[in-house]
Amino acid sequence: MAERSEEVKLLGMWASPFSRRIEIALTIKGVSYEFSEQDITNKSALLLQLNPVHKMIPVLVHHVKPISESLVILEYIDDTWQNNPILPQDPYEKAMARFWAKFIDEQICVAAMNVVGKTGEEKDAAVEATRDLLKFLEKELVGKDFFGGKNLGFVDIAATLIAFWLMRTEEIVGVKVVPVEIFPEIHRWVKNLLANDVIKKCIPPEDEHLRYIKDRMVKLNIKPA
Amino acid sequence: MGDKEEVKLLGVWYSPYAIRPKIALRLKSVDYDYVEEDLFGSKSELLLKSNPVHKKVPVLLHNVKPIIESLNIVEYIDETWNSSGPSILPSDPHDRAIARFWSAFVDNKWFPALRAAAITKSEDAKAKGIEEVEGGLLRLDEAFVAISKGRSFFCGDVIGFMDICLGSFLVLLKAREKLKGEKLLDESKIPSLCKWADEFLSDDIVKNVVPEIDRVAKFLGELEAIAQSASRS
Repeated sequence: MAERSEEVKLLGMWASPFSRRIEIALTIKGVSYEFSEQDITNKSALLLQLNPVHKMIPVLVHHVKPISESLVILEYIDDTWQNNPILPQDPYEKAMARFWAKFIDEQICVAAMNVVGKTGEEKDAAVEATRDLLKFLEKELVGKDFFGGKNLGFVDIAATLIAFWLMRTEEIVGVKVVPVEIFPEIHRWVKNLLANDVIKKCIPPEDEHLRYIKDRMVKLNIKPA
Repeated sequence: MGDKEEVKLLGVWYSPYAIRPKIALRLKSVDYDYVEEDLFGSKSELLLKSNPVHKKVPVLLHNVKPIIESLNIVEYIDETWNSSGPSILPSDPHDRAIARFWSAFVDNKWFPALRAAAITKSEDAKAKGIEEVEGGLLRLDEAFVAISKGRSFFCGDVIGFMDICLGSFLVLLKAREKLKGEKLLDESKIPSLCKWADEFLSDDIVKNVVPEIDRVAKFLGELEAIAQSASRS
């Protein structure tokens, strides 16, 4: 019988790429967890108590202690449950994985968000900037099924943001940022992701997801380009 | 007979980020060649080849393989020379997560706020920015008290990951104090962190690695003068 402190709880949000990353990792490791859906427009007292610094999801609670920031949580999960490693074992490969994950969050994510709601020349420039960054990832995938090699790894988990948020929402946002002609490797990688059981289980259902994003855009008064 | 390890660090003397791997390498007693880059002139071929994505320092070259981003480099050093010197990251997964969380806070929230406050021409934005920086230092002071549990450094009696991360900015803070009179390291507001700062800067390894406060203050002054004359022309 598991102790209470062994319990794993995840405070998350079904449409958040950062929350889904944690679900993917816990599923890869075969760790059972209790999911607590959070309303990010009306933050719960629990969330504010567990993440007072950033007041954001996801937050993982294990042994009663909270951990926040998705990449920090992923490393914690890999440190704690050693089966099916997410990060490479080799220190150099590990350093590269950490670099690319940060690159996705700090560069690509920001550039992609910058495209939304822009029009004309501004939009074109934002799209170009995002594509310039994506080209680095395109190169990384050559000759590999996943960023992690034969199996899903740390960078793949981080990059689901690109596959299922950036690429999925191209039609809604009104601009094809990642066309297959320029990014054949990335498109091939997305097909590999979609064939993976863990990914299939852990990403938001497409129709519901697209409806949610359309609603949000309307609420935020953003028009598709 | 083993091959001699080739360890090279590309950096600039004034960068807080370049200080980090220097401390880590010395904690592990690793010999390295240091290459001073000229970021105002032209970046070396080696730098451009080793860090094609960001073209920034520091870069660690270990047997020709480049490792980039200062905290990545510190973790790499810790993992690669793990049988030498103290552990830089704690061994407990939760302690490691806490160290990574606060270092992400320093690099992604706290220092960018300081940099923005330093650059902005708007007095309002500057005041707001400094407020955010001071708020961040209060949080870090609380975190230090909670994590250190009475010891000299964040995770023990020896310098570790969090100390390296935040400590690398101390000379810059003190240089700004000299140049601008702004006292961010205020003992009345953040007593524990100030005590930690003194311990950190008096550490034997750190002393030999950080640039002199006066030199950094002079450099910051020069940068400011260039920025101001550029905005006038």
